[in-house]
Parts: sequence; structure tokens; C-alpha cells
Amino acid sequence: MEVFVQQLINGITLGSIYGLIAIGYTMVYGIIGMVNFAHGDVFMVSAFIALVTFLVLMQWLGLSSVAVALFIMLIVSMVLTALVNWTIERFAYRPLRGSFRLAPLISAIGMSIVLSNFVQVAQGPRNKSIPPLISGDFTVMERHGYAVTLSYKQLMVWVVTAVLLAAFWYVVSRTSLGRAQRACEQDQKMAALLGVNVDRTISITFVMGAALAAVAGTMYLLYYGVINFADGFTPGVKAFTAAVLGGIGSLPGAVIGGLLIGLVETMWSAYFSIDYKDVAAFSLLAITLIFLPQGILGRPEVEKV
Amino acid sequence: MRALDPRPAGIALPGMILHAVKHAAIAALLAVGVFLPLIGLRTTTNIRNELTLETRWPLLFTLVALVAAASLANSLIIAPWRAHRAAHPKPPSTAAGRFGTAFSRWFSPFAIGFVTVYPMLALWLTGTGAVKWVDNFGIQILIYVMLGFGLNIVVGLAGLLDLGYAAFYAVGAYSYALTAKTFGLSFFELLPIAGLLAACWGILLGFPVLRLRGDYLAIVTLAFGEIIRLVLINWVPVTNGYAGISGIPRPTFFGIPFTASKTGFAAVFGLPFSPIYRSIFLYYIILALVLVTAFVTIRLRRLPIGRAWEALREDETACRSLGINTTNTKLTAFAIGAMFGGFAGSFFAARQGFISPESFTFLESATIVAIVVLGGMGSQIGVAIAATGMIGGTEILRELDFLKAVFGNDFDPTQYRMLLFGLAMVLIMIWKPRGLIATREPSVVLTKRKAISGALVKEGHG
Repeated sequence: MEVFVQQLINGITLGSIYGLIAIGYTMVYGIIGMVNFAHGDVFMVSAFIALVTFLVLMQWLGLSSVAVALFIMLIVSMVLTALVNWTIERFAYRPLRGSFRLAPLISAIGMSIVLSNFVQVAQGPRNKSIPPLISGDFTVMERHGYAVTLSYKQLMVWVVTAVLLAAFWYVVSRTSLGRAQRACEQDQKMAALLGVNVDRTISITFVMGAALAAVAGTMYLLYYGVINFADGFTPGVKAFTAAVLGGIGSLPGAVIGGLLIGLVETMWSAYFSIDYKDVAAFSLLAITLIFLPQGILGRPEVEKV
Repeated sequence: MRALDPRPAGIALPGMILHAVKHAAIAALLAVGVFLPLIGLRTTTNIRNELTLETRWPLLFTLVALVAAASLANSLIIAPWRAHRAAHPKPPSTAAGRFGTAFSRWFSPFAIGFVTVYPMLALWLTGTGAVKWVDNFGIQILIYVMLGFGLNIVVGLAGLLDLGYAAFYAVGAYSYALTAKTFGLSFFELLPIAGLLAACWGILLGFPVLRLRGDYLAIVTLAFGEIIRLVLINWVPVTNGYAGISGIPRPTFFGIPFTASKTGFAAVFGLPFSPIYRSIFLYYIILALVLVTAFVTIRLRRLPIGRAWEALREDETACRSLGINTTNTKLTAFAIGAMFGGFAGSFFAARQGFISPESFTFLESATIVAIVVLGGMGSQIGVAIAATGMIGGTEILRELDFLKAVFGNDFDPTQYRMLLFGLAMVLIMIWKPRGLIATREPSVVLTKRKAISGALVKEGHG
């Protein structure tokens, strides 16, 4: 029971990070029907930006307040990652819009290779680790000498994720920008006829996805304290798995999928085998798609002849 | 940013220059934002194992200047030129058309002739350095041509996007390695078994995904590819995990091994020992495999099953309403594609003598898919050209030692290998979204055989 609660806490933390990345996948897929393979690497780039910002703040500016540093890291990483993703969309994906369906996918795979190798060349292939910024924890419950703890780090991940998801949900469902996005998702041509700037809306979608990925990247860096140029692929694939699992195109679905994948992974590691945790996550995806092809919250695809 | 848009017609020259400078400034600003944290600043580990920052302002400045220059060149030269060309379209030249026909007619025989004499040519031109040219270039490229041909059946002909093709490559490699080490059978006895096993895996993995389409299929095949790789890593008693399997038996020339011993190939034929004989022998094996794959694919396209694949690619619903069994059609495509992947895998294992899960990552699958799409889906010549360009190109980067003279001694061109590979993928897609050879000849015609542009074909929805 204690192990279960502890793994539940760990799983929700991991799942929040996956969920944040998954939103970027699901929004882009919803609006232009493209699997943005580079999104996992955008996440990795954002963690590196946060790392560099952290070092600038601590070593050059001698900032001593951890809370202020975290806040600045988060903002800088969100802004610069959004800029990076905007540039990628502008140069690698926009020229291919309306083209053959596999072209943007290949372009995105190419971009993913470019990003991870760019970081490898620019920052070196070694693991980069930072000292733990936030330590300490709450004891949630204690029985038979086994204490279930919720660390401040985990609490921070939960709070930041929840706040940003709420803000994001507000933008998508209550503002004119969100309305434009939903319109483009349904019918780009019709949205354009009604005065929606489709290109700008798509760009903003990429920017929003990147900003959320940057939140995930910063949290990942703080939570694990280490980042490497190759760290984008596996979380990226798992987040995409989460998006598909939740029903691609559905925003709550992405979060639910992310939490599910996070929980499956931590529970599997605790009760069965840590080596096969990724196998469990991917098998869950395959099984869901076979029995529930549209995902948990997705709309079934209507086939038009 | 509108820097890439063609300039609005009729703007006077000073206005145009102002416009261009403004865009260049925006582009430069953007480049500062994108490159500052990752190029301008570099994290390094000092002696006490702490991360510190060092600055690289000159490099950052150079890159930003390059971006600004590119933006200026684009808005002053390239965009007006493109606008001009769009306004005055060139009439299709008959010479180019004739060249195109002659090209498609003579390219294949010429290419086959060239690859047949290639090892001799390399031996004649480079002498003892030929091993590198035959092994690193010839064999390496041909392996990818073979993988490209195999995946071309699944992606190019049947229109099923498979992002986990490296799994079948791995199955072929591991089945050869394990059976050869356990039962001591020879390469040529085990080649069909490896292919058969890979085909079985193709069917096994094909079954669950029969109902899926497009991107769902892509992600599930990716997941399967990862599952197989993770099992290879973690099933240590059988696969030896990360450490891989070494000492895999090499193919022999009718029982004569390519070793320096008395019974080795060189000694038996009275030649001085050299590793080149093994390379040339392996080269001809993979060449034969590639040609067989190409031939089988061409013949299959003429058969009902091949036509069913292509019909499935164009429109699955129409296919089903015409009474084609889509289940069997998809499964045969998966199985035959996987079989060729298995052949390539067992050849790879036999050539390397060592395999580990590192060789079968997602990057491998992505490379093969890229080769198929860049070449132009369904086109075998296109796949061969793309494989030669992409794999040969990245191999050539290993040879560019003269760049050290330009950029200083610690400059290592090989670390830019994958960076350039990815950039090439993006640029080729922007330049030719349908791939290099986008036209295709229908396999059934009524009166006159005529190539149609790939742009007219709706595909990849299966």
C-alpha cells in the first residue's frame, strides 16, 4: 500500500511532464494533421536553454534566491524555445504545407536529427548535471517504518503544471485566439474565408506547444538534475504515445494519456521489472490502438468516400 | 517573417533595399535569440566537475552575420528571380523531355554495369586503399539500397507507413548470429531461414495493426521497433544485452574461409593474403541480393498481388469495395518487406562479425524511411540514388581531412555528419516534396505507356 502511494506520487510527477509535452504533439496534429517528430528534441533544447540560463544567473549574476532563479529560468526557456520552434515551423514545415502528406513528417524527422546533433556539437556529448536546487520533502504517511514522501520538487512540478494547464485551457477555450485555433482545426479553408489568419494561427500553435514543452524541459532538468543531447527522443516518443492514447487532437486527452503513461511506467518499474518499463508503455499504446483506435477521448474518424 | 515571400511586384529599387535590410535585421535578431543560449554560451565541466560557462561571441557573431547575409541575398536576388520566373514560365523544352526519356531508359543498365565493375575499378584506381572504397562505400551503400528496396514494398507500393523497419533488420541479424553460433550452419543455409523468420515477425506485427491507418500505423510500428530493440537490450541470456554478440561466423567461398591460414582463400588460390578478397566477395553477395530484391519487386508489381498493393496505396476504401482482401494484401506487403529486411540484416551480421542493439535504433528506421521518401515513393531508381547520396554523402564526410587545414586541427568533420544528414533531409523535402523521382509509370496500360507526375497521385493514406 505504501509502495503504491509512493509510486502514485512519482507517476503523477512523471506523467505531468509527459502530459505537457503531449499537448504540443496533439495541438499540432489537430491543426495540421502532422506528427511533429522534432517536438521531443524541442523539449530537450528547452532543458538546455534552462540550464544555460541557470548558469548565467548563478555564476555571472550571482543570484542567490532560488525562487527568483526558477521563475526567470522558466520564463527565459519558454520564450526562447518558442522562438526556436517558431523558426523551425517557418523554415522546415510551412513550405511543405498542403504538400504530399509524408513530406512534413520526413522534414520533421530530419529536424529532430538536426536539433539533437546541433546540441551535441554546440554543447558537447557529455551529461550535464546541476546541483539540486530544491531539497526537502513532506511525509505523507508512515507505516511499518516506510515513509511515503512527497518532495518539494514533485510538488513544484504538480503546481507549475496545474497552473500552466489552467492558463492554457483558458486561452484555448475562452479567447478569440483559441477560437481561431479550433476553427482552423475544423476547416482551414473556411476559417481563412471568415478572416482567420491561418498561417499565423498555426505559428501560434507551434509557439504554444513549444512554451509548454519548455515548461516540461525546465521541470525535467530540475527534477532529474541532468540533461543530455539524446534525452529528447524517449520522452518525445512517450509523450506522443500519450497523445495517441488520450485521443490525438484532444487536449484533456493528452494530459490523461500523459498521466496514464507516467503511472504505467512507475507502477511497472515498482512491481514487475524496471528494465521493461518502456516496453510496458509501448505495449499499452499498441493494445489501446488495436481495441480503441481513436484513443480514450478522441473522436472516431469518419471515413469519407 | 516574410523574408521568404516573393517581393510584391512594382516596388522601386530603394524601397526594395530598405525592405530587404529591414528583413535582414529581423532575421539577425531572430538568429541571436535562437543561437545565443546554445552557440554563444557553452557549458563545460571544470576540474572540480562543476559546470561552468564559456563564451563564444566570435562564432555567434559569424553565424548571425551569415543569417543576415542569407536574408539579404534572398530578398534582393533570389525572390525577384523567382517572381520573374513565375511571371514568365519557360515552355517545357523538348530537349529536357528527350533527356528524361533517355535517362530513364539507359540509367538502369548503366548503373548495374557500373556497380558490377566497381570493386575492380576501385582496386585499379586506389590499389591497397580499395578496401575502404569497397567496404565503407560499396557495401555500406548497397545494404541501405537493399533496405530501401525492402521498405519500398511496404511504404512505396502498399502505402503503409512503417517507422519500425529496423526491427526486421534486427530480427534478420540476430537470427543469423544466434543460429550460426548455435548450430554452426553456413551463411547461405541460414540466409533463407533469417528471411523467413523476419517475414514471420512481419506477419506477427502486421496482424494487430491491420485496422490502423496513416499516422496511427506509423506510431505503432515505431513502438514495435522500440519494443524489439528494448527486448534485445534486456533479454541478456539470449542476446547478451548491450554487449552484443561477437565472433559471428563469416561467409565462406564454397567452404573456403577468407583467412590468412593455409586453407584460406588466398593460400588456396596462390595469392598473397589481403583483406580485399573478403570485401569484394561480400560486395558481390550484397549486390546479388540487391539485384534479386529489385527483380522480385519488379515482377511482383506485375502480379495481381502487386497491383493490389498499389491499389491499396491509392485508395483503401475503393480497394475493399472492389473485393480485394485488404487483410491479405497488407500482410503480404509486411511479410515480403520484412523478409528483405531480414536478408539485409543477416548479411549485415555476417559482414560485421559483431552486432549489438545499438545498430537497430529508431535513427536506423528513420534513415531507411527517409531514403524511400527522398527517392520518390515506389521508384526503385530513386531509392538507389537517395541511398547513394545520403549514405555515401555521410561516409564522404569521414574523408574530409583537408578541412582540418582550414578550420584548425581540433576540427572534426565527422561530428557534423548527422547534423548535415538531417539538414539534407529537410532541404530535399522542401526542394522536392515528392522525392527525387516523382513520376511513375503505370504497370497496366490501355494503349500508350505514359509516365504520370507524382503530384497527381494521392497516396500514403493507407
